[in-house]
Amino acid sequence: MAIELIKRKNPSKVISMVSPFIALAVTLIAGVLIFLALGKNPINGLYSFFIEPLTEAWSVHELIIKAVPLVLIAVGLSVCFRSGNWNIGAEGQFIIGAMAGSILPIMMHDLQSPIILPLMLIMGFAGGALFGLIPAYLKNKFGTNEILTSLMLVYVAQLFLDWMVRGPWKNPEGFNFPESRAFHEFAVLPEMMSSGRANWGAVIAVIAVVIFAVLLGKTLKGFEIKVIGESERAGKFAGFDAKKMTIFAFLISGGLAGLAGLIEVAGAIQQMRPVISPGYGFTAIIVAFLGRLNPLGILAAGLVLALTYLGGEAAQISLGISDKVVRVFQGLLLFFVLLSDTFINYQVRFDNPWKNKQLDQAHVDSKKVGAE
Amino acid sequence: MIENILLTVVTAATPFLIAAIGELIVERSGVLNLGVEGMMIMGAVFAFMAAQVTGNPYVGIIAGIIAGGAFSLIFGFLTITMVSNQVATGLALTILGLGFAGMVGESFVGLPGIKLEAISIPFLSDIPVIGRLLFGQDVIVYISFALVVGTLWFLFKTHAGLTLRSVGDNPSAAHALGISVSKVRYLAVLFGGSCAGLAGAYLSLVYVPQWTEGMTAGRGWIALALVVFASWRPERIILGAYLFGAVTIAQFHAQAVGISVPSQLLSALPYIATIVVLILISRNRRLTLINTPASLGKQFVPDR
Repeated sequence: MAIELIKRKNPSKVISMVSPFIALAVTLIAGVLIFLALGKNPINGLYSFFIEPLTEAWSVHELIIKAVPLVLIAVGLSVCFRSGNWNIGAEGQFIIGAMAGSILPIMMHDLQSPIILPLMLIMGFAGGALFGLIPAYLKNKFGTNEILTSLMLVYVAQLFLDWMVRGPWKNPEGFNFPESRAFHEFAVLPEMMSSGRANWGAVIAVIAVVIFAVLLGKTLKGFEIKVIGESERAGKFAGFDAKKMTIFAFLISGGLAGLAGLIEVAGAIQQMRPVISPGYGFTAIIVAFLGRLNPLGILAAGLVLALTYLGGEAAQISLGISDKVVRVFQGLLLFFVLLSDTFINYQVRFDNPWKNKQLDQAHVDSKKVGAE
Repeated sequence: MIENILLTVVTAATPFLIAAIGELIVERSGVLNLGVEGMMIMGAVFAFMAAQVTGNPYVGIIAGIIAGGAFSLIFGFLTITMVSNQVATGLALTILGLGFAGMVGESFVGLPGIKLEAISIPFLSDIPVIGRLLFGQDVIVYISFALVVGTLWFLFKTHAGLTLRSVGDNPSAAHALGISVSKVRYLAVLFGGSCAGLAGAYLSLVYVPQWTEGMTAGRGWIALALVVFASWRPERIILGAYLFGAVTIAQFHAQAVGISVPSQLLSALPYIATIVVLILISRNRRLTLINTPASLGKQFVPDR
């Protein structure tokens, strides 16, 4: 069987709307197969993965805590990916942002005032943005591939954090554990409700979604991002500067990743540890694509991916399934998203070569008849 | 002493060399597969498991090659048949590979590995200094040497190599000449995946030899950078791979000599070196442009 693609005259709006849902459905089917392969009841598996975390209030709070960094990072990535800049180092920008904001509560512990938290948020954004500017600058100045440089910087950031927390930032009263001192009360993001741990970072994420939904959908800047992303040449004719766009895209996505990092350490963790992210920066790439690079879609997609993290924990406890299954689910989901995206621009025809042969033969026969 | 250091350089360089040679062929066909890290870790875990189950490291090598190759075909189907975005699909391959390998290998973590033994070639391995380096190695190192010579000959001396390069430079023209672009690209992707799988097998059968989650530690990404460093020429991959092998093992020797630098800084060296090398190579635009496959990363859908 051969597969043939026929380009649509216009991208299909309907498929563009439903493709994320198709991808999710197919991932669920794949999930059933995985649970069967692991010898578990697939219904129980899917229930504990995707329903159980939603049945209790505290658990919904945890869902929000995990969705916030994913949504913030992915919104920034949507600006990047739309403009044709491949920042895949958000994980590193997340870490550096968290570290930049943590300077105040860790190194200036005695400085306690309500102004600290806003300063930390700004420093978190700035730290991530500056770290994100490195691959952008190198791309503009030397033509280096931003995919590789931004990814290499992730490892550098991880090792830098590890060194700081085990060295200069180690808690002097911490019995030699590799963690910083706990953040003081002015450096902690307050919780929103008494029913769980979710903090005001969620509001920041929603504000970011609204701002970028307007920016991308309703402003000239959004148009510029789209034009340059589709064709740098066309952008040039329109008077848009691709190099400036690269700087802008990395500034925004690095900054939002840094802000996400700061929210994570000032909200959920409340101190610095050698590892502060279960791969949010990479999972956010999946969120961005599942959300079709659209901030509102990303909000929904962030909740879905956050659910997989929680579901992994729940399934590990209730069914004894390895939490590694989560990464498999996430990877499969991205595959199915990319696969179903093909149907937006192409009609897919499945050719049956045997049938074609018959047609060819009929064609030859008809010619013969004509010749006679 | 020097000989022992050089031996460790060869050990550290071999996975880079094999994976980069594979990716070079893929990119020469116009396909950018960012999933090297994922294919490599699939090779590592399946090689380790097969060697454990059978007790034979050579079965492990074959399993690693098959795992990497089979895994690459998923990427091939998406990017070649379904023309999905190559960058995003490559990332997906890496995410899935790291997750899948972690899942299937969980019960093998920490088991003592079965080390692949070296095969000394008689007489040649007795040559001072270079003897053991070049002729006292295991079979995968010999394969890595053969791969460099083989790809060099294939790319520039054979008709099939010319076909591959034409598909990478101008797939429309190649298609018009009756070449099946998708067939060439599938074969290239399969070759690249098999090489990445072999590189992974080397990690879990020789370099460590153990299975730990995420043991590739970015080596697949460095291999991708090496292809750029080599400006798509196989012979330059040797230089890059051995350079990075040396940087990678520098940390162990520095610690042994007693240089007091934070271990994290030493661990970061290969990644920082990758960035520096990319800058040095990329600023020389003429050098890179001559050999860069003109259609690298672009999808191809034949017009009927």
